[in-house]
Amino acid sequence: MIPAPFDYKRASSAEEAIALVGEYGDEAKFLAGGHSLLPLMKLRLAQPAVLVDIARITDLSYIRDAGDHIAIGALTRHMDVEKSPIVLQHVPLLANAASHVGDPQVRHRGTIGGSIAHADSASDLPATTLALGATYVVQGPNGVREIPANEFYVGFLESALASDEMLTEIRVPKMNGATWGFQKFNRRAQDWAIVGVAAWKRGNESGVALVNMGSVPVLATSVAQAIASGASISEAAELAAAEAEPQSDLNASAEYRVHLAKVLVRRALESTNA
Amino acid sequence: MGGSILGNRVLRKEDPKFLTTGGKYVDDLLDEPLLVNAVHVTYARSSVAHGNILSIDTSEAAAMPGVIAVFTGADLGLQPMPSAFNPAATRTLLAMDKVRYVGEPLAIIVSETREQGEDASEAIIVDYDVLEAFVDVEQAMASSTLLYDACGSNVVFDTTALGIPENTGDDFFADCEVVVKGRFVNQRVAPCPLEVRGAAAAWGTDGRLTQWLSTQHAQGAPGPIAAANGVDVSDVRVKTPDVGGGFGAKIGTYPEDLLLGVVAKRIGRPVRWRETRSESMVGLGHGRAQLQYITIGGSRDGKVSHYQFHAIQDSGAWVDMGTILAPFMTRPMSSGVYAIPNIECRTTSVVTNTTPTVAYRGAGRPEATAAIERAMDMFAAEIGKDAAEVRRINLIPKFMEPHTTAIGGTYDVGNYEESLNRALAASDYVGWRKKQAERRANNDPKQLGIGVSVYVEITGGVGTGEAAKVEVLDDGSARVYTGTSPHGQGHDTSWSMLASEQTGIPMDKIELIWGDTDLVPVGSGTMGSRSLQQGGNAVYSVAGTLAEKAKAVAARLLEANEADIVLDKDQGIFHVAGTPAVSKTWAELAVAEKATGGLVHSDVIGVVGPTFPFGAHVGIVEVDTETGKVRHIAHYACDDAGTVLNPMLLEGQIHGGVAQGAAQALMEEVRYDEDGNPITSNLADYAFISAAEMPSVHVIHMETPTPNNLIGAKGIGESGTIGSTPALQSAVIDAVSHLGVRHIDMPTSAERVWSAIQQAR
Repeated sequence: MIPAPFDYKRASSAEEAIALVGEYGDEAKFLAGGHSLLPLMKLRLAQPAVLVDIARITDLSYIRDAGDHIAIGALTRHMDVEKSPIVLQHVPLLANAASHVGDPQVRHRGTIGGSIAHADSASDLPATTLALGATYVVQGPNGVREIPANEFYVGFLESALASDEMLTEIRVPKMNGATWGFQKFNRRAQDWAIVGVAAWKRGNESGVALVNMGSVPVLATSVAQAIASGASISEAAELAAAEAEPQSDLNASAEYRVHLAKVLVRRALESTNA
Repeated sequence: MGGSILGNRVLRKEDPKFLTTGGKYVDDLLDEPLLVNAVHVTYARSSVAHGNILSIDTSEAAAMPGVIAVFTGADLGLQPMPSAFNPAATRTLLAMDKVRYVGEPLAIIVSETREQGEDASEAIIVDYDVLEAFVDVEQAMASSTLLYDACGSNVVFDTTALGIPENTGDDFFADCEVVVKGRFVNQRVAPCPLEVRGAAAAWGTDGRLTQWLSTQHAQGAPGPIAAANGVDVSDVRVKTPDVGGGFGAKIGTYPEDLLLGVVAKRIGRPVRWRETRSESMVGLGHGRAQLQYITIGGSRDGKVSHYQFHAIQDSGAWVDMGTILAPFMTRPMSSGVYAIPNIECRTTSVVTNTTPTVAYRGAGRPEATAAIERAMDMFAAEIGKDAAEVRRINLIPKFMEPHTTAIGGTYDVGNYEESLNRALAASDYVGWRKKQAERRANNDPKQLGIGVSVYVEITGGVGTGEAAKVEVLDDGSARVYTGTSPHGQGHDTSWSMLASEQTGIPMDKIELIWGDTDLVPVGSGTMGSRSLQQGGNAVYSVAGTLAEKAKAVAARLLEANEADIVLDKDQGIFHVAGTPAVSKTWAELAVAEKATGGLVHSDVIGVVGPTFPFGAHVGIVEVDTETGKVRHIAHYACDDAGTVLNPMLLEGQIHGGVAQGAAQALMEEVRYDEDGNPITSNLADYAFISAAEMPSVHVIHMETPTPNNLIGAKGIGESGTIGSTPALQSAVIDAVSHLGVRHIDMPTSAERVWSAIQQAR
């Protein structure tokens, strides 16, 4: 529970942070809220040589109505996403998912960008933003680019971010009256999900993504296709795990996870939240 | 004259400190002169579960920044020491030839900072010849690969060695109309005190060793510490700072504690040691870990006549306290609250390649209760009768004189049916059954489960009395010395109430002193729910005697007859009856006695024997039959602990006890992979329960005083844990029993419940 030695640098702007990380290469990690990285470091599962603290880049903490989407600064705390009137009005699914992250202390420290950049399939917000068809804005030494959520997650704790790129903004399309459901199945209130589901539906249109059903967050495209072609929710939910490759671990067998995914997708899609 | 303070909801005296500046734990002893310039000790630990040590290379670690020294067992010349419970089992305090569990200490790093020690511990290279590891007791019993060759077996303790015959088998049940068998896993759990283990050690210029220890029993520590350091026990002083929980696992001393003085002497500087949570999860002893085979038999009308129980206790990798809980705590309580004329109980303790087991909240009694309660449920299910009704048929009738069961347990007083009645009434048991029937009729995916347990346990089984000293100082304040050892319970409040009751000295002028073996050399500590009935009883008695002594002093000063002196407890003054205007205060008496040794009384006060708190719990759960998820939605606890000193403290013990009991029933389990690697060694993986998983607990009042001490109090520290676990396990099974499920092992995790439903369908 004591991290290995590391150097600590604090950046006051995105440009400075990117330059610092560029200097140290793969040895460096961005530190935002610290609620994904620090536990791994305490268990010595992660041993970065340098931490570049970006938590004080306050101009990356914002929530804006940008017309067809909501723009959220990467350093916005979970609690701010959860309570934001703008998010609650236009992407209530995301506000609800944020309210399920960890416990209140975690939500006051952890950031949406940190959670997404950490790319943990067991975290709530990567799958939720995936279901919502979000776009991630990243900044590197050569400028800014946009990465669609469905191209971002490439492996276990691995994303399309280059080592000297920083996630700066999350753009989430407005839900425009869709019904939605967020289902988190866990042992204890503050635990990661054993399986989680973020889903929305508007007529035959829908988006469904799964938490902790494999090494990356899973977009359940078969479910959405079935809904689009007129299947009932129950029928579509049977396809919940079609794209998933769940693992067996301490908390659940793969077989049980598949079962849970079907039940939870059905419940999420049947939800009448709007 | 005011009424007695006893029995009132007196707020905790200690809380302003704990809630503001916080306690002062071992790590907080920064202004302690003896610990100036202290270095940090880190233990390097085994990373394999079972293996012969071929070599330990410490050279790289020794060269790392801040490292002062690295010691192996060979460096320190450690000699094998026998287990107190099976002398054939011996080990060195650091593993030298062999490791027996992941986490076993095998080298010591001494460093300037704690972080440097942690870094260096990763640089110690150990070569192992890996041996077959045992996580399962039955595999360990069957194997010829032994943890302790000199024991000749992995069975290290068996009741047959005490002259108790083996269980007779199925013939025992020849006369029974109904016979039900069960195999239950009472799983291994981790005590998880919020404060992990920690200690500090310093040698004084007088040649004495002072050791600060996070412990439940300071007076038990000097013996082992002296032995490890090769000094006389009188040369060891143990001091107890504030302690952040123990739950039984901090009763004894650990190798990590015992070697600190040795290291301090070697390097000539004081030392500190504080384990991390990851270390604590494998190094602090575990609890429970019993495999249970039961057979229960009786008649179709619900009378149980025969019960046979074989408890196989997992000792873990050392023959520690856990080994003897099954024979000496589980076995005598195996009949529970029931009048069962024919009982057999054998216990077998087995070493495995896992963390050694020790006492944990309930320590042997929860296991006995869980077995008989589960057996009663299965018997009730078999004959198709209500589980509460079958219990009622078999309860020992009310007794106010000692009652001995067929297995040989002798209980002080009991009124089990009344506790069951109160719990059923307060919970609206009938109402819950109606709601359950409705949900079943509607085929609701969320089903209700109702679990009932009735229990009796043994408290104050450790010690036959306790030491207390009360002295009054010149300013009229008092010091109370106790051999018990607070670590969350509220002794400061309780003992002040008792001393104030006898002396009239206000509670805020009473200081409690404990856990320093120079100041309180005699004491049995706080364990086994003994504090109030033995330690509190002693304070009550000694304070009362001191008040009588003080009357004699007052008589002398007032030139009156001692028999005429009264103590006005409202004002804390002594006067001749009828003439309160002329009086003496406690302060005046203390000053008057200063020349002749002070106004003080000290004694060891015995009790008649242990006491047997009892009660009944009703637990209500909602089970999502589609996922298996269990929600604990209501809990009703009637716990009879005899005379209640402070209802608020009693309720706190029940709330915490129910939480830990619920945790075992529903979520907590220490697990290993098949090679003996721990896979629940942090609080993310180990499902330590939180308030969010708990309903509000309804506490139901009942007091049946014990005649065994002056106060009439029995223990309450473990009751909540003992009563709640079987009620909740039963509730979960009850919720899905209509689907054909008869048993689910603990913890009743969602996947287990879901699998049980699938298998029953």
